[in-house]
Amino acid sequence: MSPAGSADRAPIKVSVRAMDLFYGAFHALKRISVEIEDRAITAIIGPSGCGKSTFLRALNRMNDLISGVRTTGEACLDGTNIYAPTTDLLSLRKRVGMVFQRPNPFPLSILENVAYGLRIHKMASGQQLREIVERSLRATALWDEVHDRLDSSALDLSPEQQQRLCISRLVAIEPEVLLMDEPCSTLDPIATARVEELMQELKANYCIVIVTHNMQQAARVSDKTGFMLLGELVEFGPTQELFTNPRDKRTEDYVTGRYG
Amino acid sequence: MERHFEKELSNLNQRIIGMGAKADEMIRLAVQALVQRNLGLASAIPDLEHQLNRTQLEIDDAALRLLATQQPMAMDLRFLVTAMKINSELERVGDQAVNIYENTQLLLQQPPLKPLIDLPLMAQIAQHMLRESLDAFTERDPIQAEAVIMEDDRVDALKDQVFREVLTYMMSDPSTISRGITLILISRNLERIGDQAVNIAEDVIYMVAGRDVRHPAKGRETGDGVL
Repeated sequence: MSPAGSADRAPIKVSVRAMDLFYGAFHALKRISVEIEDRAITAIIGPSGCGKSTFLRALNRMNDLISGVRTTGEACLDGTNIYAPTTDLLSLRKRVGMVFQRPNPFPLSILENVAYGLRIHKMASGQQLREIVERSLRATALWDEVHDRLDSSALDLSPEQQQRLCISRLVAIEPEVLLMDEPCSTLDPIATARVEELMQELKANYCIVIVTHNMQQAARVSDKTGFMLLGELVEFGPTQELFTNPRDKRTEDYVTGRYG
Repeated sequence: MERHFEKELSNLNQRIIGMGAKADEMIRLAVQALVQRNLGLASAIPDLEHQLNRTQLEIDDAALRLLATQQPMAMDLRFLVTAMKINSELERVGDQAVNIYENTQLLLQQPPLKPLIDLPLMAQIAQHMLRESLDAFTERDPIQAEAVIMEDDRVDALKDQVFREVLTYMMSDPSTISRGITLILISRNLERIGDQAVNIAEDVIYMVAGRDVRHPAKGRETGDGVL
C-alpha cells in the first residue's frame, strides 16, 4: 500500500543466484535467485517437500553433510560466494547459525550450553565468558528465569525455554544470519508468541530467515516472504503483498488454502 | 470438493446482492411516489429500511466471524473486507431513499412547482450505477466497475442543472423557496446514491485487482490503467 519504501532499501545480506540442488537424480531446488535483506525477517513458506528446508540448509552448506547432494549456482554472504572452494565451513556456520524444529540443547548445564561455542571458538573465558553468557541469555529473555540455576541441566527446561536456550547459544557466538527451521512447530501458542517476540527483538541486529508451515506465523513476523513449490521459488516479495494480493495464481491458491 | 468456507463466502455474496436489490427497490418506490405525487406508493419504505438495517448487522457479523475464524488470505481477505465496506454503502443508499421519501412527503403538501424531468433521469442513472456496481462485484469485473465511476459525471451535471433551474424559480417568486429547497435536497440525495455506487465500484476494483483507486492524487495511483 505504501508508495514509499524503495528509496531506503535495506542492504542485502545474502544473495542467491541461479542455485540448483540435486539429491542424486532428484532436482530439489530449481534455479533459485533471491536477495535476502539484512536486519529483516524473511519467511519461506510452501507445502511439505517443496524444498524450503533444503533451501535454508543451503545457506550455511548443511546439505554438504548429506551424501549425493550436488549444488550449483552461488550463495553470496556479504558478496562472497559461500560455495567457493576456499570457504572455511566452520567459520561459515559460525556466521550463519541455525535453529532447528526441535530444541536440541546439549545434555549439559544451562551455562555450558551457551558457553560451548565460545569455548570451542576460543572466543572468551573466565569472567568475560560469564558476561557473554548473561548477555546471550538476556537477549532471549531467559536470564530472569534461569539465572539462579545456571548449573542445572538444560534438559530440565520447558521446550520453549530450551528453544530460547538454543537461540542464546547461537547469539553468544555473534552470528550474522539466523536460520530458523520451523522453530515453533513443537511449541504451544503462548510459547510461540514469545519466540516470535524474540525474533522481532533480534531482527534489529540480525538477518533472519525462517521456514514455516504456519502461514499466519509468516504473515505475523516477516518483512519479506517467499513461496516455494516443487523446488521452485514461485513468488518473493513484501509479506503484506504476498498475503493480500499475490501475483501468481499458485501463490493465491496456496495462501487461500485451495492448493492441491 | 467445495470447502465449507467457500460456501460461506458465496452465501455472503448472495446476501449482499439481496441487500442491494432491497436498496434499489427503496429508491424506485421513493422516486415513484415523488413523480406520481402519491406517497402511498412508497409506504413499504420504512419496513424495507428496517430490514436493510438488520441485514447490515447480520452481514457484518458473518464477515467478522469468517475473518476471525478462517484467517483468510489474498482474494478471500480482500473479498471479506470489500463485503463489509459495500455492506455499509448499501445501508446508506437505503438511508438516502428514506430521505427522498421524507422530502417527498414535504413536497406533496404543496402544489407542484414544475414538471419533474431531471430528477427522474438522475434516479434512473444512479440506480443503473448501483446495479452495475453490484454486478461488477458478483462478476468480479473491474472494467464494469470502471464504467460505473465514469458515469458519475452525468449525475453530478444533472444535480447542478437542477440547482440552476430551481434557483431561477426561487429568485422570481419567494413563495417557491421551500419547495425549491426540497427539490434541491432530493437532487442531493440522488447524487449521493451515485457517489455510493462509485465507492462500491472502487471497492470492487480493489477486491479484484488489489489496487486502491480511491482519492487519486500525486504519488498515488489514479483510476487510469487498472488492469
